[in-house]
Amino acid sequence: MVPSCHPSGPSHLVHNFSVFTCNACDLSFKYLFRLDLLTDLVVAKHARRLAISIPPRGRLSTLNDDAPPSHLTTTLPHRPAVHPLTFADRFSSRSKIVFHYLRCNLIYTKVPFNAQTTLVSALVFLFGSQTPPHTKIAPVEIQILKPYRAPSMAKQRPSLLLLLSLISLLLSPPPAFSFSDESPTARRILVLVDDLALRSSHSIFFDSLVSRGYQLEFKLADDPSLSLQRYGQFLYDGLVLFAPSVSRFGGSLDQSKVLEFVDAGHDLILAVDSNASDLVRGIATDSGADFDEDPEAVVIDHLSYAVSDADGDHTLIASDNLIKSNVILGDKAIEAPILFRGIGHSVNPANTLVLKALTASPSAYSANPKTKLSSPPSLTGSSISLVSVMQARNNARVLISGSLELFSNRFLRSSVQKAGSKTIYDKSGNEQFVTEAAKWVFHERGHLKAVNVKHNKVGETTEPGIYRINDDLEYSVEIYEWSGKRWEPYVADDVQVQFFMMSPYVLKTMSTNKKGLYSTSFKVPDVYGVFQFKVEYERLGYTSLSLAKQIPVRPFRHNEYERFIPAAFPYYAASFSTMGAFFIFSIVYLYHK
Amino acid sequence: MATSKVEGSSSLRHAFGGVLSVFILFLIGVVAFSIRLFSVIKYESVIHEFDPYFNYRVTQFLSKNGIYDFWNWFDDRTWYPLGRVIGGTVYPGLTLTAGTMWKLANSLNIPLSVETVCVFTAPIFSAFAAWATYLLTKEVKGPGAGITAAAILAMVPSYISRSVAGSYDNEAVAIFALIFTFYLYIKTLNTGSLFYATLNSLAYFYMVCSWGGYTFIINLIPMHVLLCIVTGRYSSRLYIAYAPLVVLGTLLAALVPVVGFNAVMTSEHFGSFLVFIIIHVVALVYYIKGILTPRLFKVATTLVLTVGIAVCAVVVAILVALVASSPTKGWSGRSLSLLDPTYASKYIPIIASVSEHQPPTWPSYFMDINVLAFLVPAGIVACFLPLSDASSFAVLYLVTSVYFSGVMVRLMLVLAPAACIMSGIALSEAFGVLTRSMKFHITKYFECSHTEAPAKLGESTSTESSAPLENMTKSDTTEKPEVARKEKVARRKQKKEKELTENAHVKPVSAKKERRPLVLPLEASIVSVFLLIVLGGLYVLHCVWAAAEAYSAPSIVLTSHSHDGLHVFDDFREAYAWLRHNTEVDDKVASWWDYGYQTTAMANRTVIVDNNTWNNTHIATVGTAMSSPEKAAWEIFNSLDVKYVLVVFGGLVGYPSDDINKFLWMVRIGGGVFPHIKEADYLKDGQYRVDAQATHTMLNCLMYKLSYYRFVETDGKGFDRVRRYEIGKKHFKLTHFEEVFTTHHWMVRIYKLKPQKNRIRGKSRKSKLGSKSTSSKSGGMTHKNPWN
Repeated sequence: MVPSCHPSGPSHLVHNFSVFTCNACDLSFKYLFRLDLLTDLVVAKHARRLAISIPPRGRLSTLNDDAPPSHLTTTLPHRPAVHPLTFADRFSSRSKIVFHYLRCNLIYTKVPFNAQTTLVSALVFLFGSQTPPHTKIAPVEIQILKPYRAPSMAKQRPSLLLLLSLISLLLSPPPAFSFSDESPTARRILVLVDDLALRSSHSIFFDSLVSRGYQLEFKLADDPSLSLQRYGQFLYDGLVLFAPSVSRFGGSLDQSKVLEFVDAGHDLILAVDSNASDLVRGIATDSGADFDEDPEAVVIDHLSYAVSDADGDHTLIASDNLIKSNVILGDKAIEAPILFRGIGHSVNPANTLVLKALTASPSAYSANPKTKLSSPPSLTGSSISLVSVMQARNNARVLISGSLELFSNRFLRSSVQKAGSKTIYDKSGNEQFVTEAAKWVFHERGHLKAVNVKHNKVGETTEPGIYRINDDLEYSVEIYEWSGKRWEPYVADDVQVQFFMMSPYVLKTMSTNKKGLYSTSFKVPDVYGVFQFKVEYERLGYTSLSLAKQIPVRPFRHNEYERFIPAAFPYYAASFSTMGAFFIFSIVYLYHK
Repeated sequence: MATSKVEGSSSLRHAFGGVLSVFILFLIGVVAFSIRLFSVIKYESVIHEFDPYFNYRVTQFLSKNGIYDFWNWFDDRTWYPLGRVIGGTVYPGLTLTAGTMWKLANSLNIPLSVETVCVFTAPIFSAFAAWATYLLTKEVKGPGAGITAAAILAMVPSYISRSVAGSYDNEAVAIFALIFTFYLYIKTLNTGSLFYATLNSLAYFYMVCSWGGYTFIINLIPMHVLLCIVTGRYSSRLYIAYAPLVVLGTLLAALVPVVGFNAVMTSEHFGSFLVFIIIHVVALVYYIKGILTPRLFKVATTLVLTVGIAVCAVVVAILVALVASSPTKGWSGRSLSLLDPTYASKYIPIIASVSEHQPPTWPSYFMDINVLAFLVPAGIVACFLPLSDASSFAVLYLVTSVYFSGVMVRLMLVLAPAACIMSGIALSEAFGVLTRSMKFHITKYFECSHTEAPAKLGESTSTESSAPLENMTKSDTTEKPEVARKEKVARRKQKKEKELTENAHVKPVSAKKERRPLVLPLEASIVSVFLLIVLGGLYVLHCVWAAAEAYSAPSIVLTSHSHDGLHVFDDFREAYAWLRHNTEVDDKVASWWDYGYQTTAMANRTVIVDNNTWNNTHIATVGTAMSSPEKAAWEIFNSLDVKYVLVVFGGLVGYPSDDINKFLWMVRIGGGVFPHIKEADYLKDGQYRVDAQATHTMLNCLMYKLSYYRFVETDGKGFDRVRRYEIGKKHFKLTHFEEVFTTHHWMVRIYKLKPQKNRIRGKSRKSKLGSKSTSSKSGGMTHKNPWN
């Protein structure tokens, strides 16, 4: 079961396949291969056996460095495949795959066969159009190290993901997206509650999620089978934590696991009430929201309370200080005030990640309504945030609400009249608020992606590996926004690109064709060095785009300078006339008597 | 004299001597080559140290991409993000030489790798250097001295230290170029041939291509010319030897990209131009003197002197103004530190920080030139008996190089050929005298026994003895035919040019003829010869020992002998291999500049600074980061896109040249640009220490932390074997860096910059809150009714 193929095998195969032999094995490089070449070549017949594996980093260090390159072999079976499973099925022909150069003696040293990530423990470099400058193409000597087993789709997925993540790596250095790039909206959501009754008491909110296609899974917060991930894979895309009083999660879940979930790029909605436990307070603190430390304190507002609470202690607040962002709260303005009863929190103004989505009025304060106020309350006025949203650096989104009732059917359905105001709204703004906020949190809105970063010299189309100073270049990038269902062109007039080397040398606003394409052209500055094309796009409510692409800029070559400088013609004339005169003088002096 | 009688046997002897000389020279070449192979035999065929790795990388590039791409090579993998124009900042001589050799070998179907060629370039060129020494010394004092000098140079430890196999550095070819240029200069001076003068310019061009030390040539030769003029030895030969060199040499030197306009614009070259003017003035004076009567000449002198002094004053004033307008007075820092040895330590810490720029110690003279140190004075004396143009040059070369070697230990390398030439002359002369007197006594003894007329001997001694003596001089040193040839050539020239100046050689030779040769007693001669041979033997022993033990270590692999056998420390390559295989291709690695070349060549990762210390600010930035606390350092490194930080740490195995020992230089260089880094903050009472007495700043700087992170886990005490005490701060955590790799002996430690925190925490007060409210909450686990 070890077929081997020699250059004398099927002619078209041998002809088309080549291995890049690097003359100096310790030089590594990175370059792109077009996959359509791959499909053209052999995939139709042989793709089933074609192996593209990217060995996990770290394993290579165990290889024998001194293996001679003459042992370079690669695996490429020649037996006709039974099932023409083509690569074209899995990659669109325009995809580009980044191959990181590997040691030539990879196969020689027999890397252990890893069924999970690789198909065959070999890397076949395909003969691409962009032959790197210092490689030479050697005939293939083929040897199979391991019998080939048809991989199931599940096995192929990781390698496919790996490739995709490599692509995304190329586009954005901090690889942050947890969701597949194709669809950033969370789908599977775990709802943790103290009491399953919450499922019906807050059903309007949950139903709105379900109606938008989310799969909700309700669990008690102390369910012993609770777990967010299994085998290193997260089971959910989002977490709704409606369990304010839980002091310890069931199962393996704890505060750090929840934060790890967020750090992996997943979203979280956290709502507490006056009963908030240390656990949920800790989660909020780690997300940048500090709840009032007094466990008995709630937000009291004697001026802008809801009239239905007129005789009470003014803890039911009707607030309309909403964040002014259509991205977070939707295009339709929320008219009615929002009912809130719960505890307030503060956010650090220096913290650029947290935003106050719903702010208390200047007359609010946070104290225990049942006791007399002996000392000034620690949180007062509009520094109190009732609901905050946080977008982490990896674009995971978190919503922190001091009131669980904010989401309840009762608040969503109740009419509202703000104290001191004549208008009575039939329905509070809560429903619109929570629905729109949830849409934002679960990335139905405000999620941008940048693709097809291109740059080239003016008048050319291919992307050069290096620019020269004073070249004119064009730069373009496509930016799309996720609408919840599909990617739509993102239209703005403030997307800027920097040509950056320690500081921006060029900073230009890109023009857009309203179809997502942003482009600009500029002249490379008269400075050589390693520059970066940088797009740092951070706008309120949108995910941050951070693209950086390194490109060196070289000085003139020796023959790119002007050959003759007009201003120097007097000097040319001077030197040549001196030479001529000396020559004549020598002849006259030597031979004329 | 009975020259015609001896002619026949002498020419046969001469031919035999010539063949023998060639054979000896061949053997000397073999010795020079093979004595440098200890490093390959004892270690392996690798490139050594730091700079050679860069040269190797450049050669690889050259061999793959050709000369034009090399010339225009913009390297984006060093000095990130500035990059480096390698083609314009590198002395290309070595690279082109090795590249040509590689190509030649490959075109002859000898499939050598570039690395092999690079490794063996230095030994090959040291053989060439030995032959060049032979030629130079032959011009100075005849072939006997030449062969001795060549043999001595072939194994002088000072030169071996720079040219063992694998030491692929500029000096490897530059020393050959230096000696060969000097040879051609002396040859031109002796023959007055324009052909050699042109060759001399070309050799000078090769030297300029190879090494920054070419300024030594372009200053030494003018000095010698000036010396000749001052001592009244001006001749047309001197003019021919000097003027073409300045004109052609300067033009050629300006072709080398790295030199360019420096060839006419820096003060290093001004001396040659000044002498160029002077020699023309002198030539004019001699010419006028020839066509005028003495009386008229006197009048003309006074006239010219007044005008000439005025013109000189103007020229000097312009020069001074030009020089004063440049901030460094037109001198590069390295040259200034040569003239004023304290300059570097005062102003340029980056030059002072390099160990090979320090002044040498006395033992290092003994180590590097051994017995030559004692033979050199004898050689100088020999050079003065008869003093010729050539021998005065040799003396001048020696004197200047002694001074330079006293300034910088690296320039011991320039001293070595001078010392070898002098010692060769001394030994050869000594052997000449001793063997001559032995031969004289022996002939006398034979004559005694054969003629059986001891009475006659007494009177004949005075008359006859001079004749065999003359013959002996001829055959022993074969100096005479050489001199005669020279005379002939010189005379021909004289006739041709109708020049009146007398050949410098005629006088001393005739003087020598008249001088009664020194005759020593037989016993003394035999003992002396024996002692000299012993001395030579000791020298050879020392050289072999130095080559085998002291200078063969490639410094990327270290070995140590201990009671339980040989230990090999291959940590550097381990670390670089780790970087190569486990990091992304475009990742940037920050380290102190010493390891820059190796990182780019062996790990193929982009570095921030490297051994080509062309940008002081950039190095100071890295130095500042290393001397800053963790957070500030993280910010500096992050702004430079650094992913990994590499530190060299010798505390576990006692490797003394680690980063902690270099750290004060980082502080100084960093503080030179960023004044918030102050050296005093890192010193406790003027002492540099990292133990419990160390300052707070020292114990919290990045370098300390990266070096000693988790160090206490090795032995529980944190005993540093280099500094020989326990470290000051043993238990600490890193907040902005994480350890990703530490080599087997902890000599190289690699850290990764942690990414920026994904979330920003609120005001914590976690512990207080935790303790307070768990107690209050623990009782009631009442769920609120969600319906109300």
